[in-house]
Amino acid sequence: MSTKIEVKGLYKIFGDNPNRGFDLLAKGLSKQEIQDKAGLAVGLDDVSFSVETGEVFVVMGLSGSGKSTLIRCLNRLIKPTKGQVIIDGEDITRLSSQALIEVRRKKISMVFQNFALFPHRTVLENAAFGLEIQGVGSERFDLAREALHMVGLKGWEDNYPGQLSGGMQQRVGLARALANDPDILLMDEAFSALDPLIRKQMQNELLDLQERLHKTIVFITHDLDEALKLGDRILLMKDGRVQQIGTPEEILGQPANEYVRKFVEDVDRTTVLTAKDVMRNPDPVISPKDGPRVALRRMKEEGISSIFVLGKERKLMGLIKAEDAANAINEGRTGLDGLIITDVPTVQPDLSVADLIPMVATAKYPVSVVDENGRMMGIIIRGSLLATLAGKGDFQ
Amino acid sequence: MRIPIGDWIEAIVEFLLANFEFFFDAVSSGLGSLAGGLEGFLKGVPYPILIIALAGLGWWLAKRSVGIMTALGLLLIVNLGLWDETMESLTLVIVATLIAIVIGLPLGILAAKKRTVQIIMKPLLDLMQTLPAFVYLIPALMFFGLGRVPGIVATVIFAMPPAIRLTALGINQVPRELIEAADAFGATPGQKLYKVELPMALPTIMAGVNQAIMLSLSMVVISAMIGAQGLGAQVLRGISRLDIGLGFESGLAVVILAMTLDRITQSLGQNKIKD
Repeated sequence: MSTKIEVKGLYKIFGDNPNRGFDLLAKGLSKQEIQDKAGLAVGLDDVSFSVETGEVFVVMGLSGSGKSTLIRCLNRLIKPTKGQVIIDGEDITRLSSQALIEVRRKKISMVFQNFALFPHRTVLENAAFGLEIQGVGSERFDLAREALHMVGLKGWEDNYPGQLSGGMQQRVGLARALANDPDILLMDEAFSALDPLIRKQMQNELLDLQERLHKTIVFITHDLDEALKLGDRILLMKDGRVQQIGTPEEILGQPANEYVRKFVEDVDRTTVLTAKDVMRNPDPVISPKDGPRVALRRMKEEGISSIFVLGKERKLMGLIKAEDAANAINEGRTGLDGLIITDVPTVQPDLSVADLIPMVATAKYPVSVVDENGRMMGIIIRGSLLATLAGKGDFQ
Repeated sequence: MRIPIGDWIEAIVEFLLANFEFFFDAVSSGLGSLAGGLEGFLKGVPYPILIIALAGLGWWLAKRSVGIMTALGLLLIVNLGLWDETMESLTLVIVATLIAIVIGLPLGILAAKKRTVQIIMKPLLDLMQTLPAFVYLIPALMFFGLGRVPGIVATVIFAMPPAIRLTALGINQVPRELIEAADAFGATPGQKLYKVELPMALPTIMAGVNQAIMLSLSMVVISAMIGAQGLGAQVLRGISRLDIGLGFESGLAVVILAMTLDRITQSLGQNKIKD
């Protein structure tokens, strides 16, 4: 993977003659003290990070943390006071206004919290706005229509935004951003104005779209659950400063400081963690070539009452119960034919723990985790599941 | 010591008269021929056709009742024998409003964009709106001579402020997020103005145009004092002859014209915005 966006030592200080702020920051004054003394508002304080191509990078923080300022520095809706924003090797902060317009037209699109649709334009005209600005001819309506279909708005082209529900309006916002096929999507609290059900739905659809489109997405949110669900990596901000950058697991499992720890304390882990996070290695296993004696011996060694049978390339075939193996030995059989129980519960690795719990509770046999090709990845053991929920697991 | 503001103004007027006569002459003949042409057209078209056209416009832009009221009102004017005078006044209103828009719209946009322009313009607009019209009738007369041109100029001065103010207001009221969206997609300042700001501000701007028309109509009688023909002149004649009937009938025609123009222009700009 290559780096798409690189932010180096970014500062934004609001107020007259903002350079005074650097001295005060260097002296170690707090944001509040600088506000009181110099009348300057520190929006961003030495922010550095990089976003990989095709990554969903979530910037999370409470209001006033500087996250909105940060995302606006990426397309220079706000001009940083100091520092660099490098996109594809080009420093955005140094571009001429003409070059900046080109970058905004071709490379970066933005989705807004309150949709920011143009009420005097139809849905189609809204979606075509970016292309219209670029001077694309009537072809722009075909591209816009395509983008609207992609977000599930077929048939709404001639309506006005005011006639649509919030969720649908934001789909228009998304279509408008996708229509000019940018590399980068900036999403500023894009789902925060939606009610919880619609919001979940939009999150899922965004992930589905991302599977297909592989955009580089910078997503701003104040909602930790949303951040954990969407983010490949998360940047947690407070008072314009970076608190931690890491994968959802790292943020939850290894909080960098007290603030992050407090922040993640109340997370409902069951919605964040998936089967992949709580599964254990499925050792021991046997192959279909083994006989009932081998199976029984392995089970005795481990003190378990059933064992999984894996075929070529670790394909899950089923499991064998200890009593069935013992009976087969008594009957003098040497093969496993007819002993393998194939009707065993399986789950996909990305199933959330919340959905996993009822399955594990009612299953007769251990639940196994298999990938889309039927290969076994691991098994779910009740004990490790409980440990994870108690927050003591290391998620491995 | 008394500050000689009056002397200064007189000096300025004399200076302008002495040095810029060619400019005033050009404006005068330009406005004169514009108004003359329009008046010739309005009077030349047979009145039933014009009534049908205006009533149809009212029906189409506003609603059916507006169309019917327009037709009935204008027919009453014909019946009173004031059709030609009404067309003369309508000419004055249309020309003055057009000029007010042509000058006012860019100034309003400028005021919305530049704080300094707004700061300078605010007291000037207050002055234009509140200075008694008679005060600048005399200089207008000196610059442009007797007749309808000084009437038009005086009317423009009085009618332009709302066009400027409401244009600026309309543009300032465009939600910040929409401006941001236009910027984020790489709109140039011109594209932002034509594709976002002006369309969004249109209802407010049209309210300004409507106000300009109404204020122009209120100047009809005053401009008659310096020689503009039309309903105003009839009102003045009624007053000077103590002809209460003539005065009232002419006044009524002004009201009918005002209501017609108001209803038609009010509906402009509200057509396209949907919720």
